[in-house]
Amino acid sequence: MAETTLVDARGSFCPGPLMELITTLKRAQVGDVLELLSSDAGSAKDVPEWVRKVGHVLERTERDPAGVWHLFVRKEK
Amino acid sequence: MRIVVVGGGMAGTIFANNVARRLASELRAGKARITMLTASDKHVYQPGWLYVAMGRMTPDELEREQASLLDPAIALHVDPVRTFALADRHVVTASGRTHEYDLLVIATGSRPVPEEIPGLKEAAIHCYSAEDALHFYDRLADFTGGRILITVGLPHKCPMIPLEITFAMHDFLHDKGLSDKTEFYYTYPIGRAHSLENVARWASPEFERLGIRQETFFNLKEVDPANGLARSEEGAEVKFDLLVTVPPHRGQAVIEANKLGANGFIPTDRYSLRMVGEHADSVIVLGDTTNLPISKAGSTAHFEAEAAAENVAALVKTGRAVRQYDGKVFCFIEAGKDRATYAMFDYTHPPQPKAPNAAMHAFKMAYNKLYWASARGLL
Ligand SMILES: Cc1cc2nc3c(=O)[nH]c(=O)nc-3n(C[C@H](O)[C@H](O)[C@H](O)COP(=O)(O)OP(=O)(O)OC[C@H]3O[C@@H](n4cnc5c(N)ncnc54)[C@H](O)[C@@H]3O)c2cc1C
Repeated sequence: MAETTLVDARGSFCPGPLMELITTLKRAQVGDVLELLSSDAGSAKDVPEWVRKVGHVLERTERDPAGVWHLFVRKEK
Repeated sequence: MRIVVVGGGMAGTIFANNVARRLASELRAGKARITMLTASDKHVYQPGWLYVAMGRMTPDELEREQASLLDPAIALHVDPVRTFALADRHVVTASGRTHEYDLLVIATGSRPVPEEIPGLKEAAIHCYSAEDALHFYDRLADFTGGRILITVGLPHKCPMIPLEITFAMHDFLHDKGLSDKTEFYYTYPIGRAHSLENVARWASPEFERLGIRQETFFNLKEVDPANGLARSEEGAEVKFDLLVTVPPHRGQAVIEANKLGANGFIPTDRYSLRMVGEHADSVIVLGDTTNLPISKAGSTAHFEAEAAAENVAALVKTGRAVRQYDGKVFCFIEAGKDRATYAMFDYTHPPQPKAPNAAMHAFKMAYNKLYWASARGLL
């Protein structure tokens, strides 16, 4: 069964949201969905760019009223 | 209160000494007890391995007897934990002894796992143990020219190592007159030269100035040692003559075996440093072992240990915690053999690194010695 795993990278400058995502995704199962929380506006740009490069899927992106980005990424391979 | 500290590294040692100092009279009166369970009778200053890899220090300079660093009121057992029975509030060690606690502090650190990337362990050199750092120096000293590829695995401890090892090798080979024969090829997992934006903004032009090639969005997938070829998840193929890696890490196997956290990292509350879940009232997690999205660094371990120690002492004395950990990290950045800068940040403030200078390098070299006072709780 595919699972949704939360990766809470709010307030993370180093390693930062994208590195947290890469770390978790690498050890996830194909088909798993990760929900990345980020307080860094840069994530709305660099996460989709990396996801596209590697061939995973960005299912959707939301910004909540507190200004936190929620990026849902599915592991494809 | 019976306090059991598992792990005698940076976080465990600084925490235990700090609490022992704060609770000196309670310890004397038998109202509190601190026990440390660790895996080695030696305490190692791991940041020194960078200098071992460059032939500038030897491993014996980086070790002290663990017992010599601890407040005499702390009961030390070199007897690693095998079983964490959190529901029953006890741990069982390799020798079969059971230690009951009211408060457990887990600080077992993290370990490199280059074997998780096919071909990496066979092909690459790194500086994540004393033995590996010595081997690194052997290979670097014998290097006569060619392409040096630097790859960075995730997660890893010490976020500055990718930059530091590259600058350090650059200066080393420059001094040997090998600059013209050497091509540096630095890679990094995300779209810039370092996770910290302001650090990347400084490091990239510095690399350009030194003629160091950079490729971003490079996550190593596999290495073909026979042909000297590295392939990335992103589809790049790079040839190398010498492969230098910052290996991916995991927490200790014992953490995974006891199902305390995926990949050996324990879910931890970012402010209270309590283990997330049903054991929050009796378990604190410090240092590399947490799953917090902050740097796995000695300074993180140090600041967390201080915050936790102040809270535990207050709990014993007044019944209430008094502090939250604010995510503070301070990292020196060696920018070559004789200049350095630093990055200081927390959960809400990004770092503003300054241009490297000789004074900051001198400070780092002094800190390499002052560390022992810091571990003892004197600094
Ligand atoms: C090459 C290198 C350079 C670095 N440079 C820097 C730097 O410049 N600045 C910086 O801030 N950080 C640096 N670091 C990182 C820093 O060393 C670590 O982040 C820090 O040591 C983490 O502290 P810790 O207490 O969590 O773990 P550790 O210090 O690794 O301690 C873990 C302890 O747990 C014990 N243990 C393991 N298993 C068990 C068990 N089953 N039971 C009981 N005990 C156990 C071990 O014996 C050890 O005592 C560097 C690291 C390396 C490798």
